Amino acid sequence: MWNLLQIELYKISRRSRTYIAFAAITAIVLIFQLAFKADGTAYLDFMSQDVMDTFQFDKSKAINGYFMCYIILNTLLVQVPILIALVAGDAISGEANMGTLRLILTKPVSRTQLILVKFFASVIFTIMLLLWMAVTALFFSMLIFGVDDMLIFRSKGDVSQILQITKDDVLWRYLCAFLYATVALTVIASLALLLSVFAENSIGPIIATVCIVIVCTIISNINVPIVDKYAKPYLFTSYLVGWKGFFYIASTEDGETIKGSMENWPAVRNSLLTLLGYIAVFLSAAIISFRKKDILS
Amino acid sequence: MSLMLEVAHLSKQFKDTLAVNDLSFTVNEGDVYGFLGQNGAGKSTTLRMLLTLIHPTSGEIHLFGKNILDHPNHALEQTGAVIERPDLYKYLSAYDNLYIFAKMSGIKPTQELIMKNLQLVGLSERAQSKVKTFSQGMKQRLGIAVALVHNPRLVILDEPTNGLDPQGIADMRQLILHLSRDLGKTVIVSSHLLNEIEQIANRMIIIHKGSKIAEGNVAELLDPGNTLVELDTTDNPRAFSFLQQSSFTHGLEQKDGLIRLHMDRQEIPRLVETITTDGQGILSVRPRHSLEDYFLSLTNPDTHVESPANRIV
Repeated sequence: MWNLLQIELYKISRRSRTYIAFAAITAIVLIFQLAFKADGTAYLDFMSQDVMDTFQFDKSKAINGYFMCYIILNTLLVQVPILIALVAGDAISGEANMGTLRLILTKPVSRTQLILVKFFASVIFTIMLLLWMAVTALFFSMLIFGVDDMLIFRSKGDVSQILQITKDDVLWRYLCAFLYATVALTVIASLALLLSVFAENSIGPIIATVCIVIVCTIISNINVPIVDKYAKPYLFTSYLVGWKGFFYIASTEDGETIKGSMENWPAVRNSLLTLLGYIAVFLSAAIISFRKKDILS
Repeated sequence: MSLMLEVAHLSKQFKDTLAVNDLSFTVNEGDVYGFLGQNGAGKSTTLRMLLTLIHPTSGEIHLFGKNILDHPNHALEQTGAVIERPDLYKYLSAYDNLYIFAKMSGIKPTQELIMKNLQLVGLSERAQSKVKTFSQGMKQRLGIAVALVHNPRLVILDEPTNGLDPQGIADMRQLILHLSRDLGKTVIVSSHLLNEIEQIANRMIIIHKGSKIAEGNVAELLDPGNTLVELDTTDNPRAFSFLQQSSFTHGLEQKDGLIRLHMDRQEIPRLVETITTDGQGILSVRPRHSLEDYFLSLTNPDTHVESPANRIV
């Protein structure tokens, strides 16, 4: 199995499309950083307009490395599934399209092993992508903008609020957020892998994965009670942004934030478990389907 | 020769299409076994079933003494194959492709082993070239190197001469013969061209629309001295009795109101002379197709043996 995984990672590393994702992330992060360096206070003015009367803060200090990373993650983690689908959606269908799938399966490699190896390779790719995001969005931002207390702008129902996290209470939250994002994006990878089993070219599963994510995300954002009750709990996209829970800090009745706390850890934990459940379902379905599949490519 | 492969009552149904129908055959160790049939006859489907790429609807395949559905790795560890096109990773070099597939085969690929296999197929000079720069013939040879890299006992080649120029076809033929004669491999090779099979195989099977229509030793199957002749005379029972006393007794029988017998095609004039000396009138003498005629009639309806040219009256 380890041999196969090494081979898979080597193949991924030798394909130019792999680096599209890294280049795209680098470009987006750079654009964000340049834009905020040039005119970040305008963004803060816009975000804080509802709470201006009740909350005073130093805008020059508010735009710091931690804040930048949060803004970038908020945007990027919606787009990254597309980049994950590029690799995971190609895992089996790409081999079928190239004709190498039948050659692989004439070797003493079990189909379950092959799917697991493709899955782990996708997970490793996801981790690499998130590490790269951490380096560019967090550490580069820390170098460019410095570090200070972190402000989170949050809409909770009809109420807008700003949460303040002290600078020595931030890094562990990012570590947990990136770990959560790894699990969330692994759901996308396992969905793309499942769809990849049924196709004989890469375009189909990649587009199908992206479409499913977009449709489910739209449904997840419809604020209608019937959708809240009957649809959202069953959509994996409802849990993809659960990483934000690590930044929703708990506060006392006086409004003082409590260092090292989370507002709703059980909700984050349940979201995480739900995502793990989705991974298990998608991966099992991929294995079962692939074991039954006739290789006709 | 020991039995290497035993296929029994193998069938494969794809929705409304019966691709392989109750196919049974055996391959012995050391055979170069030809798999002959027109395009769409079910050759590739059968070969894919031998390699566990396609699940049979019914039937059994025993390879190296074990059922391949129960012990797929036991079979695949000792088998190398190129199915249809030799598709490889185009963005990798010949060396890297061979290295990857050697590892997948469960062996530790040394540089010496890789280069030895590339040398076997005449590609050692292009070891570091990317496969996307290769001609069809070179890809085909590299595919065979991939199939051979783990030193399998059985090599399965599906239409290995497809897309090759005449020189490539000749080289491929020599390579297959080298595998069999010098390296002692058992080879199953499919083709839709009888002359290809005739030149390299010692045993063969012919399939048509998924069913076996002939199997056996190539020399015997192609023997022109074993033509089936159908004879119609003015008094068939009397002619039949007369022939029983003559030298034309091989396979002699009465069927569908006709007399049938196996004989050398060159002996037909003498058969006619023998019957007429008994005072019988000959209504028709029809040599049924030799295996080649029959195969051509399947592959090309324009050459169907029902034409008057094949009939002697």
